[in-house]
Amino acid sequence: MLEIKNLHVSVEGNEILKGIDLTINPGEVHAIMGPNGSGKSTLALVLAGKEGYEVTEGSVLYKGKDLLEMAPEERACEGVFLAFQYPVEIPGISNTYFLKSGLNAKRKYQGLEQMDAIDFLQLVKQKAKLVEIDEKLLKRPVNEGFSGGEKKRNEIFQMAILDPDLGILDETDSGLDIDALRIVANGVNKLKGPEKSFLVITHYQRLLNYIVPDIVHVLSEGRIIRSGDKNLALELEEKGYDWLKKEAEQVA
Amino acid sequence: MSDEKKHIEKLANQEYKYGFVTDIEVDAVPKGLNEDIIRLISEKKNEQEFMLEWRLKAFRQWQKMEEPHWPNVEYPPVDYQNIVYYSAPKQQKKLESLDEVDPELLRTYEKLGIPLDEQKMLTGVAVDAVFDSVSVATTFKDKLAELGIIFSSFSEALQNHPELVKKYLGTVVPYTDNFFASLNSAVFSDGSFVYIPKGVRCPMELSTYFRINAADTGQFERTLIVADEGSYVSYLEGCTAPMRDENQLHAAVVELIALDNAEIKYSTVQNWYPGDKEGKGGIFNFVTKRGACRGFNSKISWTQVETGSAITWKYPSVLLQGDNSVGEFYSVALTNNFQQADTGTKMIHLGKNTRSTIVSKGISAGKSQNSYRGLVKIAKKATNARNYSQCDSLLLGDKCGAHTFPYIEVNNTSSKVEHEATTSKIEEDQIFYCNQRGLSTEDAVNMIVNGYCKEVFRELPMEFAVEAQNLLAISLEGSVG
Repeated sequence: MLEIKNLHVSVEGNEILKGIDLTINPGEVHAIMGPNGSGKSTLALVLAGKEGYEVTEGSVLYKGKDLLEMAPEERACEGVFLAFQYPVEIPGISNTYFLKSGLNAKRKYQGLEQMDAIDFLQLVKQKAKLVEIDEKLLKRPVNEGFSGGEKKRNEIFQMAILDPDLGILDETDSGLDIDALRIVANGVNKLKGPEKSFLVITHYQRLLNYIVPDIVHVLSEGRIIRSGDKNLALELEEKGYDWLKKEAEQVA
Repeated sequence: MSDEKKHIEKLANQEYKYGFVTDIEVDAVPKGLNEDIIRLISEKKNEQEFMLEWRLKAFRQWQKMEEPHWPNVEYPPVDYQNIVYYSAPKQQKKLESLDEVDPELLRTYEKLGIPLDEQKMLTGVAVDAVFDSVSVATTFKDKLAELGIIFSSFSEALQNHPELVKKYLGTVVPYTDNFFASLNSAVFSDGSFVYIPKGVRCPMELSTYFRINAADTGQFERTLIVADEGSYVSYLEGCTAPMRDENQLHAAVVELIALDNAEIKYSTVQNWYPGDKEGKGGIFNFVTKRGACRGFNSKISWTQVETGSAITWKYPSVLLQGDNSVGEFYSVALTNNFQQADTGTKMIHLGKNTRSTIVSKGISAGKSQNSYRGLVKIAKKATNARNYSQCDSLLLGDKCGAHTFPYIEVNNTSSKVEHEATTSKIEEDQIFYCNQRGLSTEDAVNMIVNGYCKEVFRELPMEFAVEAQNLLAISLEGSVG
């Protein structure tokens, strides 16, 4: 699904990612943990194709294609979805209209027929139930006046509608209370499948109680310093990141 | 240069889609303006004496006036003697039906997607098409006539209902009003006339499409709409013009009169040739539009979507004379490349309990300049008058300008005036967010701009709203940064 090799990324001349290697196979859920400023969000944004994130070295293959060559909307149409850490507001455009445009852009790219309003509405009802989002929110302008939790839930709802092959969650759990966290996680779990992969970026272990990862990576200062199974997350929760950092320094 | 900027520039560099010239025989008077020309125009139109007198008075007034230079626009001096003041498509005889209209003319409408035929009937739109100053076809007349509604070209109204025209012409915009209105009063060749009788609700949207065609022909329409007591009408005005190198002057006058409990809704989509990307050519649009809420509880609502013209100078206004009357102004003005727009409204509160709402959305792209200029005036006797104004500016790129000139004059302490203004840019994060959901940058920009204009678009009749959105998309091709 995704094959990242020796990825170096600079933002405004500062190297943030210093050689990332990461392979995600179809059906796998990977978690990335790490302290503030370690480069977690940079990784998410560079995969989505945000401007200003310069790849200085390395490669990223997505379904065998060069992901870095693609425009952001092309990546989206190819099935890469990023649930944003800070979703933006788009005044005057209803959430459903926005999503219908996105979905139809994707369908057009795939050579599929445009989905009409009636079918789309049915899809919306079905997915809204799945992620337990209030349908009233869907008629409101995109994220405008949404609470932090509502915005995050809306991201997961959008992910459910667009049905990506690779879902990247950038600290979707931050700012969520425990109930919202459970709902978001349930949503993700229901979207999982043998051909679907997820990259879950989080600060805290607690999300991983609900979305159980196949592999956990620890990112520190732009490098993956440790990978392991879900128990690594528990260990981190207990001991913090410092012991790993020290270990990494000793190895270096 | 970022990809977005490049994209925006590409969009901005798109050619005007409606730039074509119709080859049609034109009957025109010689260039220039003097009393003889005015007599000639009046004679060609077979007008009554009062009309000629009025034109001449306007002309004499105009000669004493100076072109206004206070708007925030710049343009080379206009040589008023180098303009043809009248041109009409040559017609051999009076037309009985659409079949007799010059097919070339009909094809022009087709190109513009304005079907002057059954389609309009099916959609319930009656069209009074103005092509270079003279109406060539009118539909739905019979149906409207049954209700006593008069919807015709101005010339026809002068022939058939001179008493009505005489009673209302110039009562809202007098021939002394301003330089361009006086010029129009002297030389106007045609336009539309609407009269809705007492208690009648006009069952369909009345629609006129204007189109400037003959080279160097100034276009001076005059529209007069009278809504008698308790009546209602919704009027649509839309236009496009073919590509021309020389600037074309356009100075229209629109007068609206609403009597007791009457309501007029006037919607405009304006898409005249804005000039090319170097700023060459384009229409100079100097329009005087004003409505008088003369009656108790009357209402006049202006909605405009302005995307065309090299220069726009236009302030659709409402005189709130009747007690409890309501004035509204909803505007989207988009400028791109070297376009300049100085537009806004005047809400003059004269009666008690009068209310007005102003929602103005300016969008500037390219190297354009976009100004909102508005006056809210509460007269001494306008007890409990209320106004709410919202003026927003959206900048696409960093070479354009947005300006706001709100004037507020309050002479009655019981009134309430609110003014809100914002200036914003499309955030790169918004575009990226849309990209990430699969939308191209172009679609993203269109969507964000449409969202920004929502409050105005929802005031437009349905089919017009769709047209407006498309127009915005076309006009924006090549902007945002």
